[in-house]
Amino acid sequence: MGSFIQYTLQGLAAGGFYALAALGLAVIFGVMGVVNFSHGAMYMLGAVASAVLLKELGVGFWGAIVLVPILLFLFGVLIERTLVRWLLALDPLYNFLLTFGLTLIIVDLVKKKYGVSGLPYELPAGLDGRLAIGGVSLSKYQLFAAVFSVLMCLLVWLLLTKTRIGMIVRAATEDSERSRALGINVGMWVTPVFGFGIALAGLAGVLASPFRAITADMGTNFIIILFAVVVIGGLGSILGAVMAGFLVGLVEAYGQAYAPAFAQVLIFVLMAAVILIRPSGLFGREEVS
Amino acid sequence: MAEHTNLRVEGLDAWYGEAQVLRDVSIDVEPGEVVTLVGRNGAGKTTLLRSIMGLHRQTKGEMSFGGTALGRTSPDKRAKLGIGWVPDDRGIYATLSVLENLTLPPVVDKDASWSLDQIFEHFPVLHTRRDFPGTKLSGGEQQMLAMARPLRMGSSLLLLDEPSEGLAPVIVQQIGEIIREIKSRGVSVLLVEQNVKFASTVADRHYLLAQGRVVESLGNEEFQSRTTELLEYLGM
Ligand SMILES: Nc1ncnc2c1ncn2[C@@H]1O[C@H](COP(=O)(O)OP(=O)(O)OP(=O)(O)O)[C@@H](O)[C@H]1O
Ligand SMILES: [Mg+2]
Repeated sequence: MGSFIQYTLQGLAAGGFYALAALGLAVIFGVMGVVNFSHGAMYMLGAVASAVLLKELGVGFWGAIVLVPILLFLFGVLIERTLVRWLLALDPLYNFLLTFGLTLIIVDLVKKKYGVSGLPYELPAGLDGRLAIGGVSLSKYQLFAAVFSVLMCLLVWLLLTKTRIGMIVRAATEDSERSRALGINVGMWVTPVFGFGIALAGLAGVLASPFRAITADMGTNFIIILFAVVVIGGLGSILGAVMAGFLVGLVEAYGQAYAPAFAQVLIFVLMAAVILIRPSGLFGREEVS
Repeated sequence: MAEHTNLRVEGLDAWYGEAQVLRDVSIDVEPGEVVTLVGRNGAGKTTLLRSIMGLHRQTKGEMSFGGTALGRTSPDKRAKLGIGWVPDDRGIYATLSVLENLTLPPVVDKDASWSLDQIFEHFPVLHTRRDFPGTKLSGGEQQMLAMARPLRMGSSLLLLDEPSEGLAPVIVQQIGEIIREIKSRGVSVLLVEQNVKFASTVADRHYLLAQGRVVESLGNEEFQSRTTELLEYLGM
């Protein structure tokens, strides 16, 4: 029982990264129609940036959790303004290819600068060690990561449901053409939304840095799982992205614990099952026509 | 403003890829006028409304609204000029509540805009259902919401795409009353209808569309007296 609780916590912590990153992916896809392949690279940049901030500037975890999302927001804005924007009017495939190419460039640049072996990272003071709750020993950091990402998802949820900006983003996510016909300048929201989505991927990277190997390639596997998350949750569904993120984290953790050989496969079996039963995902809307 | 023709379309051609679906279409709608577009399935009615809204962009020809040339103006700017869109699928947001659906679009003309109180007075069901998700409404209620939206915006022209489609006669009658109310406030309506009987109870004039062309333009009295002949001609 004790170990089951530990795996559950581990799953919720990992699920938190997936949920946050998938949330970013879903908002970008919803508002812009862009499948951002570089989301894994942005997650990696978030982790690498926190390692570099620690090593070069002595900025620790708490500084990184604030600074890195801001840096990635700015990076996202730069990419949107200089590259993504010009392809928006074309077939979505072009931006898929662009962000795919961007991923290769970013990953290789990081490899060139920092090599292929993992960068070191220390757990912040106060979050290392374990906590005994009712006889179960839990990692303090995992506990923090799980609670923090749930809170962040809630915060984004409140932003989306309780503010006018959120209402516009939800409307544009559901049907961006219709929103324009109703007088909303969707184009105005495109740049901040892209930056925001990238910032969420970066935040997931910061959260992952204390317990994942920080390498240039860490985003490669991540983006594949992220696509599975988005398909399971329902492409374009914000709630679906969050729920499926945590679900996939849990499946992965239980898989690693009870059937290590199948841990990765399980996620895709889940994905296949969801597609068979509900082609539009757990929270996706069924196509009307 | 009243001096100007509200909407003018001149020599409009439209394509989907290679296929031309509108040919040299010219229509106009005066302020406070209800004008219908009648034509069988695939005649190009929806394409014409989408072109006026700026959503369908593979077009050639001139359009102006309230004296302003529309050119390549984006849909959101056209909406701000006062063109209100009520699409054939009603376009209700499933992820927004009824109230959010109403308040999402910006108010484009403060004087013409209906207040929420006015909306709820004319559409009491929207008040009862205001916190429901948009798609929990029945088809008739969704149509009410879709029509209330541009009224709240204060649009001066409503593009209504088959509002009566699939609705019970009593609801269709209500929609007719709302159209008359809209008209009495000087707002014009371009109405796409296959329900010809309904069209002739609300409209001032009619354009008949066949295979992407305007084949006839006539007043409501003539339309009523020649209905059978005209419908046969259109193949409806
Ligand atoms: N997205 C599209 N791609 C290609 N052709 C299209 C598309 N939409 C419509 N068409 C074609 O354009 C023509 C006009 O269609 P449109 O929807 O404007 O007709 P309509 O008069 O509104 O018909 P209905 O009464 O069925 O709504 C039809 O021949 C249709 O097949
Ligand atoms: Mg149509």
